[in-house]
Amino acid sequence: MIEATGLTKRYGDKLAVDQLCFEVRPGVVTGFLGPNGSGKSTTMRMIMGLDLPNAGDATVNGRHFHDLAWPMHEVGALLEAKAIHPGRSARNHLLMLAESNRIGRRRVDEVLELVGLSEVANRRAGKFSLGMGQRLGIAAAMLGDPEVLLFDEPVNGLDPDGIRWVRTFLKSLAKEGRTVFVSSHLMSEMALTADEVVIIGKGRLIVQVSIDELLAQGSRQSVRVSSPDIGPLRSALEAEGAATSVEDDGSLTVRGKDHKEIGELAARLSVVLYELTPQTESLEEAFMELTESSIEYRGTNAAVANALKETEQ
Amino acid sequence: MSMTTTSAAAIGPLKQLPPGRYSIRDQMRSEWTKLISVRSTIWTLGLTIVIGIGVSAIATAETRSHWASTQHGGFDPTSLSLTGVFISQLIIGVLGVMVMSAEYGTGTIRATLSATPRRPGVLVAKVAVFGFVALVVSMVTAFLSFFVGQALLTAPAVHATLSSPNALREIVGTGIYLFLIGLFALSLATLIRHTAGAISTFVGILLVLPTVLQALPNSLQHDIVKFTPSRIGIAVLSRSGQHPYAFSPWVGLAVLAGYTAGLLIIAGVKFTKRDA
Repeated sequence: MIEATGLTKRYGDKLAVDQLCFEVRPGVVTGFLGPNGSGKSTTMRMIMGLDLPNAGDATVNGRHFHDLAWPMHEVGALLEAKAIHPGRSARNHLLMLAESNRIGRRRVDEVLELVGLSEVANRRAGKFSLGMGQRLGIAAAMLGDPEVLLFDEPVNGLDPDGIRWVRTFLKSLAKEGRTVFVSSHLMSEMALTADEVVIIGKGRLIVQVSIDELLAQGSRQSVRVSSPDIGPLRSALEAEGAATSVEDDGSLTVRGKDHKEIGELAARLSVVLYELTPQTESLEEAFMELTESSIEYRGTNAAVANALKETEQ
Repeated sequence: MSMTTTSAAAIGPLKQLPPGRYSIRDQMRSEWTKLISVRSTIWTLGLTIVIGIGVSAIATAETRSHWASTQHGGFDPTSLSLTGVFISQLIIGVLGVMVMSAEYGTGTIRATLSATPRRPGVLVAKVAVFGFVALVVSMVTAFLSFFVGQALLTAPAVHATLSSPNALREIVGTGIYLFLIGLFALSLATLIRHTAGAISTFVGILLVLPTVLQALPNSLQHDIVKFTPSRIGIAVLSRSGQHPYAFSPWVGLAVLAGYTAGLLIIAGVKFTKRDA
C-alpha cells in the first residue's frame, strides 16, 4: 500500500507536484499516467525519500520510507535506467545493494536469472544497452523480494519482446498480492498492463479510476462527415440530438449518430456527401484530452465524464 | 528474454524480515564492495603508492648522483625520501573525490539511498571504509618511500634509519597527512557533488591557494600561509619540526584534521537535507 496525502513539491517558483492525493492498493497493477514533466518521477522520488516534499506526506505500508527497518525487503524501485557505475559489473552492482540489506549472494544470482542477465552478469554495466539497464534496475528492485514495487517508465528502451515481458511480469507481481505502481506517459501501454490508473497533469491529480471505467469512457465512436452543403446537415443532426463540431478542414465530427443514420439523414435532405467515416477515439486521445484540459477535476470518477464532455464543446 | 516466475513464497505481513534493522556494518560491507568492484579505484590506489615511491626514488637517486659536488648542511635524508608525497596527495585526493562524486555522476546514489535511506549512516560508512583504505595506502606509501629512498642513498651519502632522530615522526606524520588529504577531498565532494567542480576546488586549495597568498605583504602572508594544507604538509617533513612560518607538525596535522572534520560535518548536514 502506497499513500500520498497533499504531497507537494516546489522547485523554485515551479510547482512540480501540487497537493497530490492517491492510494495504491496491493493486488493490482496501478498505472501512474501523465504527460512528460507532469510530476510522476518527482512523486516517485518523494515516495522513496530521495526528494523531500515541501508539504504533505507519502507513506509505504503506513510508514515513511526512511523509517523502514529493511527498505529493500519492503520496497523495490526502478527509478531510472542505468543508474549504475559504468565500471561496475551487474553482479557487483546488485551485490553491493544486497549486502546493505543482508541479502545473500544466491538471491543476486536469482534476480539476474529472473531478468535474463545471467550471461552478462560479470560484464561492466557501462557496456549495457538502455534495455539491459532497465532489466538490471528491475533486478535490483526485486532483490529483497519486496511487497511494494515502484517502476518509473520501465518499458523505456526495451524491445517488443522486453516490453511484453515487463507487462507479464508486472501482472504476475500483482497477482502474487504485491502493490505495483508503474508510471508511463503512454495510455495505450497502461491499458494493456494496469488495472487502475492515477492520472496527473501539471502535478495535480486529475482522476484515479479503474481502467475498465476509463475504457468505457474512452472508446467513443464518432463519424467524420464532409459535404459541400454541411450547414443544413449539421442543423438536422443537432435537431436529432447529435453533438457536432466543425474541424479545421471544414469537415464535421458527429457524435451520437452512427454512419448509417447520418447517411440516411443526408439522403432524406438530399445533401451530397463526400465522406462518411466512422472513427473510434482511442484511449490515448481520451487521455490527451484529460491531461490537456488539466485543471480542476479531481477525485471522482464522474470527473472523467465531465472532462470529456467539456472538451467536446 | 526468459520469463521466470518470481520466488515469492509469502508476501505482506507474512513475509519474514531479518531481525532488527539494517546497520552501519551492513552499509560498510556494501561500501567495501563498491570500492573494490571498480577497477579504476584499485588502479588509483596502486598509483598513489607507486608514484609516491617512484618520485621519492628519483629525488633520492638524483641527490645521490650529485653527492660529491654539493654541500649537505642540514641535509634530511628522511624528508628527501618522502618527496613523492606531494604527488601522491593529488592522486589520493582525486580518489577521495571520485568515491563520492561518482555516486552522483552515475546515479548510483539513488540506488544507494533506495537501499539504505538513513543518510548519516551512508556517509559514516563511506568515510569509515574509504578512511581505512586511505590510511593503509598512505602508511604503505610513506614507509615504502622511506625504505626505497634510504636504500638508494648509498655511501658516501648520508642515509637514515627508522631509529634516526625524528625519522619515524616524519614518516608517520606524512602518512597521516596523506590520509587526511584523502578524507578532506571526500568531504569536499560530498558538498560539491560534481567531479570536475570538486577536483578543481581540491587542487585550488592545495596548489593554487599558497601561490595566491604570496601576493599578500610578507607580515600578513606568513601568518596566513601556515593555515594552508600544503604548508602543513611541508612542516610535517621538516626534521627539526620547526619551520619558521608553519605550525609544528602535530599541531599542523590537528589543524588539518579540524578542517576535515568541520567540512565533513557541514557536508553531512547538507547531504541529509538535500534532494538526492
